[in-house]
Amino acid sequence: MHENRSFGFYALAAFFGLFLLFLYGPTITIFVLSFQGPDGGLTFPMRGVSLHWFYKLMEGIGVVDIGSAFVRSLKLGAVVTVLTVTLAVSASLAFRKTLRGGNVLFYVVVASLIMPSIIVSLGIGLSFRLIDTALKAFFVWAGWDGMTDAFTTTMGLYTSALGAQLTWTLPFGLLVMFAVFNRFNSAYEEAALDLGATPWQSFRHVVFPLIAPSVVGVGMFGFTLSWDEIARSSQAIGDLNTLPLELQGLTTTVTTPVIYALGTLTTVISFIVVGITISIMAFARRRARGKSSR
Amino acid sequence: MQPSRQSELELIKLTKRYGNTTAVDAIDLRIPSGSYCCLLGPSGCGKTSTLRMIAGHEDVSDGDILLGSRNITVLPAAARGTAMMFQSYALFPHLTAQENVAFSLKMRGVPKAERLKRAHDLLERVAMGSYAQRKPAELSGGQQQRVALARALITEPSVLLLDEPLSALDPFLRIRMRAELKRWQLELGFTFVHVTHSQEEAMALADQVVVMNGGRIEQVATPHELFNAPASEFVARFMGGHNVVKRNDQTIAIRADRMQLLRTPGQSSHALNATVRGIEYQGTYVLVSLDAEANASDDLSVMLQEAEFFNAPFEVGTSVQVAWSATDAHQLPA
Repeated sequence: MHENRSFGFYALAAFFGLFLLFLYGPTITIFVLSFQGPDGGLTFPMRGVSLHWFYKLMEGIGVVDIGSAFVRSLKLGAVVTVLTVTLAVSASLAFRKTLRGGNVLFYVVVASLIMPSIIVSLGIGLSFRLIDTALKAFFVWAGWDGMTDAFTTTMGLYTSALGAQLTWTLPFGLLVMFAVFNRFNSAYEEAALDLGATPWQSFRHVVFPLIAPSVVGVGMFGFTLSWDEIARSSQAIGDLNTLPLELQGLTTTVTTPVIYALGTLTTVISFIVVGITISIMAFARRRARGKSSR
Repeated sequence: MQPSRQSELELIKLTKRYGNTTAVDAIDLRIPSGSYCCLLGPSGCGKTSTLRMIAGHEDVSDGDILLGSRNITVLPAAARGTAMMFQSYALFPHLTAQENVAFSLKMRGVPKAERLKRAHDLLERVAMGSYAQRKPAELSGGQQQRVALARALITEPSVLLLDEPLSALDPFLRIRMRAELKRWQLELGFTFVHVTHSQEEAMALADQVVVMNGGRIEQVATPHELFNAPASEFVARFMGGHNVVKRNDQTIAIRADRMQLLRTPGQSSHALNATVRGIEYQGTYVLVSLDAEANASDDLSVMLQEAEFFNAPFEVGTSVQVAWSATDAHQLPA
């Protein structure tokens, strides 16, 4: 079957091998080094193998509260996921009809992907500061002393940071849904209407079950993009950092393998999320088409 | 359910425009109650748009659609009394055969036990009872067609609209399921409107064939009339089996099986000189294609009985005379 493969095959296989090494090499290196012995440093060689640095991690790293950052990132990721799924699915449905201004909207959405993340982030940060200034002026003008004293900023995890992350996850979600509806056979919907379904029933009983696996995928996409997002959140985060931002800060101050232990832990979380999603997608897909249970 | 005048379908000046192009151009058509009607034509002739307008899946630009005594032109698809069998059937892939058939009852809020029972009864009727729990992907093309029929029938339609229902099947199955469609139509007794681009399919099935071209109706006739008295050159050519010959400002159509090949030219004025271009053995007959001498681009073909051909076979390159009798020449409008 496989006799006489051409030189090109081996050359490309070697190139692909290098690509994989480049892709996963760093993660594997960090993973291995996180099990460094208690006397080991940030680089090879390994001085023994231990869980020492994971215990250190549990005790906390200096003044930074990794646990709270972790929980904040999870919560923000969950909100981003829900919003991305809801908005991307509804927007892609709207684009299937003749949508007035749809072209312009599409370019605006894609532009937010193309613009450098740090610029988007700076812009969001600046806009929120303008709002802050305006609000403060308003409170002073209105003579609301209590508000004037208490008010600090409108920037925060669920305002500016959430918006910044959505500029990243929404376009991706929308593009995925475009691809899904591109190969969606609209005869299914016509059949549903022919059989007396209302448009909502047609969506609920026919369209949604068929696109459900992809919708779960969009959700996962949204979560993982949010989970390790730095550039867009960096200037728009407000007072409390997400986990990746805390990590970035730590890389400059922490000089022990505890940072690697943290890296391993967050990677594991990502893998768990992906694993759960893939199982849900497989389950949904089996229900949607494939074989019946009987 | 006995058929009644209620399933007579009438199209009045029905028109469909997409922007500047007219897909269906003010057609008038009466389809008698309880008949099998085929809309036949090449792709882009407007047959599918016509069917989809009757079904309510396409807005009508102009004109009216009457079903029985009701004007259904602007009614929603489900309120028309029509049911559609889609190309490739469009069975919901995530539902079992039974759930597919029960779908419209579910939408109307019929309790689960009742709707599943009625769906099962219908599946039994199309001999699919033992496949009720299968998903569409686990059914053959022919079985899917039966489920699609059952799903359409549960809405108790008075007209069944079929959009190229046999195109998804392989050639052998196509002929079998074609016979099934005809049998069901006779058994159910209501109007079937069937869109196809296959003249063979239309001839086999239809009581009434509507030949369409460029958004207009070329001819409405029984298959027999259509084959023996095509109303236009287009119809004669599209139906096949005809030679269209232009002589003395007249255009005539002669059936390919009514022509003779003569080795020695006769004196008849109903003849053309030609050269044999190709010979195809077809079993019961042999198809001889020829280039006319006067105009080599004229495509002639003659069907000879198998025995007749093999008594004195022709060979490619032989010069012959193609002759016909005056009574077999059907005059076409210029």
